[in-house]
Amino acid sequence: MSGLPLLPAILLSPFAGALLLALIPEGRKSAIRAIALVSSSFALALSLATMILYDRSLAGMQFVARIPWVGNFGINLDLGVDGLSLPLVLLTAIILFAGVFVTWRLETRSKEFFIYTLLLVGGVFGVFMSMDLLVLFMFIEIAVIPKYVLISVWGSTRKEYAAMKYTMYLLAGSAISLVAIIAIFAYAHDPARGLGVWTFDLASLSTIHFDAGFQKFAFFLMLAGFGVLIPLFPLHRWTPDGHSAAPTAISMLLAGVIMKLGGYALIRVGVGLFPEGAAFWAPLIAVLAAVNAVYIAFVAMVQKDLKFVVANSSISHMGFVLIGIASLNAASMDGAVAQMFAHGIMAALFFAVVGLIYDKAHTRAIADFGGLAHQMPRVAAAFLIAGLASLGLPGMFNFVAEFAVFSGAMQVYPVISVIAISSVVLTAIYVLLVFQRVFFGPRNPRWDHLSDARGVEMVPIVLLAAVLIGLGLYPRLIMDTITGGVLPIVQRIASLHIGGTF
Amino acid sequence: MDFSAIRLELVAALIALSLLAVGLIAPRGKREMTGYIAAIAFLGLLALAFLAPGHGSSFLGGRFLNDPLALFFKRVFITAAFLVALMSLRFTAGLEESRSEFFALLAFSLVGMMVLSSANDFLSLYIGLELMTIPLVVLTAYDRASGKSTEAGTKYVLLSAISSAVLLFGLSLLFGASGSLAYGDVAAALAKPAFGPASGDPLAVIGGVMALAGFAFKIAAVPFHMWSPDIYEGAPTPVAAFLAVGSKTAGFAALARLLFFVLPSNGGGLSLVVISLSVLSMVVGNLIALPQTNMKRLLAYSSIAHAGYMLLGLVAASRAGLSALLYYIVLYLFANVGIFAAISSFGDGGRSGEIASLRGLWKRSPFMAASLLVCLLSLAGIPPAAGFLGKFYLLAEVARQGKLWLAALALLMSLVSISYYISVIRVIIMEKAEDESRIRVPIAQKAILALSALATVGLGVFPGPLTAWTQAIAAAVLR
Repeated sequence: MSGLPLLPAILLSPFAGALLLALIPEGRKSAIRAIALVSSSFALALSLATMILYDRSLAGMQFVARIPWVGNFGINLDLGVDGLSLPLVLLTAIILFAGVFVTWRLETRSKEFFIYTLLLVGGVFGVFMSMDLLVLFMFIEIAVIPKYVLISVWGSTRKEYAAMKYTMYLLAGSAISLVAIIAIFAYAHDPARGLGVWTFDLASLSTIHFDAGFQKFAFFLMLAGFGVLIPLFPLHRWTPDGHSAAPTAISMLLAGVIMKLGGYALIRVGVGLFPEGAAFWAPLIAVLAAVNAVYIAFVAMVQKDLKFVVANSSISHMGFVLIGIASLNAASMDGAVAQMFAHGIMAALFFAVVGLIYDKAHTRAIADFGGLAHQMPRVAAAFLIAGLASLGLPGMFNFVAEFAVFSGAMQVYPVISVIAISSVVLTAIYVLLVFQRVFFGPRNPRWDHLSDARGVEMVPIVLLAAVLIGLGLYPRLIMDTITGGVLPIVQRIASLHIGGTF
Repeated sequence: MDFSAIRLELVAALIALSLLAVGLIAPRGKREMTGYIAAIAFLGLLALAFLAPGHGSSFLGGRFLNDPLALFFKRVFITAAFLVALMSLRFTAGLEESRSEFFALLAFSLVGMMVLSSANDFLSLYIGLELMTIPLVVLTAYDRASGKSTEAGTKYVLLSAISSAVLLFGLSLLFGASGSLAYGDVAAALAKPAFGPASGDPLAVIGGVMALAGFAFKIAAVPFHMWSPDIYEGAPTPVAAFLAVGSKTAGFAALARLLFFVLPSNGGGLSLVVISLSVLSMVVGNLIALPQTNMKRLLAYSSIAHAGYMLLGLVAASRAGLSALLYYIVLYLFANVGIFAAISSFGDGGRSGEIASLRGLWKRSPFMAASLLVCLLSLAGIPPAAGFLGKFYLLAEVARQGKLWLAALALLMSLVSISYYISVIRVIIMEKAEDESRIRVPIAQKAILALSALATVGLGVFPGPLTAWTQAIAAAVLR
């Protein structure tokens, strides 16, 4: 079955949608929505098909499509997915689909909104599918300008400041990682140390044994560069502003998918190419990740704006992903990938719910609310599901992921793990406090005019909640695939000692 | 003598002379047809340059070389002249008189550029240089109604004269050291131990550095860049475009040949000079571009910075460096022409060129906004526009030569550049205009914008063919 060009079709569907939209006149709102919906459902259906058809017993790269690009430089549009990237492709498709429904009623410049959104998502698909280092990087970059425009045109709360800050942070990160990529390219071309040919193929590059000094140097650049995307403390300062200022569907994509680009690239490129470099820097990542998890959880606790709570909680949760990566064993790495998926869905649900409330009430200040469950019971239920997933309640997929992360991390960093696990408690505190302040309490007549979520508004809520609970109850649906993708990377590290000095 | 080697130059000169004649013959009211004739003639010349470029490889005993490198540059110049002629139609329509001479001067300048790229001898080099520059001076001052244009013309003529003097002095020193004007003889003489890189003979070193300085002026590399912002701002917009893409590229054509084939110490001292010019241009150009409020000045500083990036391709006489430079020149041509075409589409023909006049462009002309966006992204080096790969080729080659720090610096400066390109994009896409009426983009400008945007995206999405072509050229001329 892997003869079907599934991956090129998934990659092309958002780009084709964007192109079609560009040709349609601005006024035809329903046609615009229809195109956005069709191209996103197409991507979702194909991603699901890929997930189902992926042969778990074989593992490894499948559905490979090789498209020569710049042959003389060994740059190729080689697409393929393995257990590491496939869940993230699916995640992207799910969130895009949900995002289209969240934006269903957008009136201002809706055509451009969907064009930029589809371009953004096309870039993300490209990152997860690319088997070529430079193409992977290019797809990360393609998403930059759409993100800038989306935040600064359709955003809220200091949107221009946030968009600029966001863009400059991310581009600075990219510039740092591009230095590493260029260094890798030059190293690989060196006949004595590398392969003696121009190549960017990740599989060929991983056959090179980079010398230890270079591994430490290049991995650090990758960590700093991709660390901005994840975001790794102290490179996270753009996140709360950017995610809070963005329009709802874009917040869902930013927190749900874009942050995962960093984690994915760090595993695929950083750990994949430089096992020794990864082992050397792992303790630093673990310490910073614990700061991510715990410190940012405290920051989330004192926020007054609902969206800032969610944005900060995202950073805190990405700390778990980072600890999973830093532990460099199969269980923890499994957990890291699963956590990326679980957090993606959960964050999207959170932002969708907060967006619904903001659209109706035109405020996000926690202090303004109270007793909202009376007027909006479905929204309250959705928020509760996201919140419970966020605090790692068993039965949600997040629990599976966090459990895997910490069962792996405990073997390597017992102390740091215990500190980081405490952030689960902190999460419970701020999520439940927020829930109590916003939804519980006596009925507030000020909000009597608000209607509950219904119709298209329910689509993203039901979809995302169903994924969280479904995978929570039956994690094997996806965990086996992930394990198959993680094992080859982890096996290269198994013999290495973590930490060390120059 | 085999005249087929100079076939393109002969035809171009013929076009220039005929344009003058057409201007005299045509009735007064119909003189704007010269512009159309010029554009069509340049298009024909371009076709000739691709289909039958002349098989002779040299002329005048090797003084004039029609090798693949020269041919590549000629095609670039002709394309630039064609696009600039199209862009000028609107400007010349607004002139009271001397409409036809404008295009004749453009053609003469084109001939100069073509000679410059083929020069294999100091004499033909100098003739080409002056033939290119003198018409450009007149073109710069062409907008007689504008004081700024006249001032720009004056500045340009004075500074060009100084740079020519410096260049001539350098060439005369090299002549003194080698006793010949032909590139081959000079290179052979300088390669002798007495003048070798190790000897540090002041005659050859000073001569080489002065020759470099002369062309650093043409490509507007720091510290020889002072002229360009004022002149870009003052000159008529199409002329500024021709300066940015034509004259600068011609400077690179001459520099590439001088550095690769004539001046011997490329591995040593001169390479250091090239690196310094490049670093200074990248840093100064990008930093000063940040506070600009005028689009033409911004482009001037950004093109100074781009000269810095392109110089990276000349740091060492390597094939990959040369091919990266050639690739960059093509994408730089289309991106710049696109932006200048957009500026010249405004009501005042782009006389002011204030960035603020782009406000609300997404509403006033979505087509122009989209094309401009693509061209700006290319200059900023963001995929899928071609600029990303262009920069990548240059930086990867520098890194391969062991100068990763230089690549890192270039990336840092490119980050700075993105912030000012984005501020232009912000004005285009987000800010509201006071006057929200639609802009009627002239058909010629529309064609240029569409072509530039398509070429920019096309080169970014399908970079393979052009890369292979530039690599073949580099392999053919550098052994």
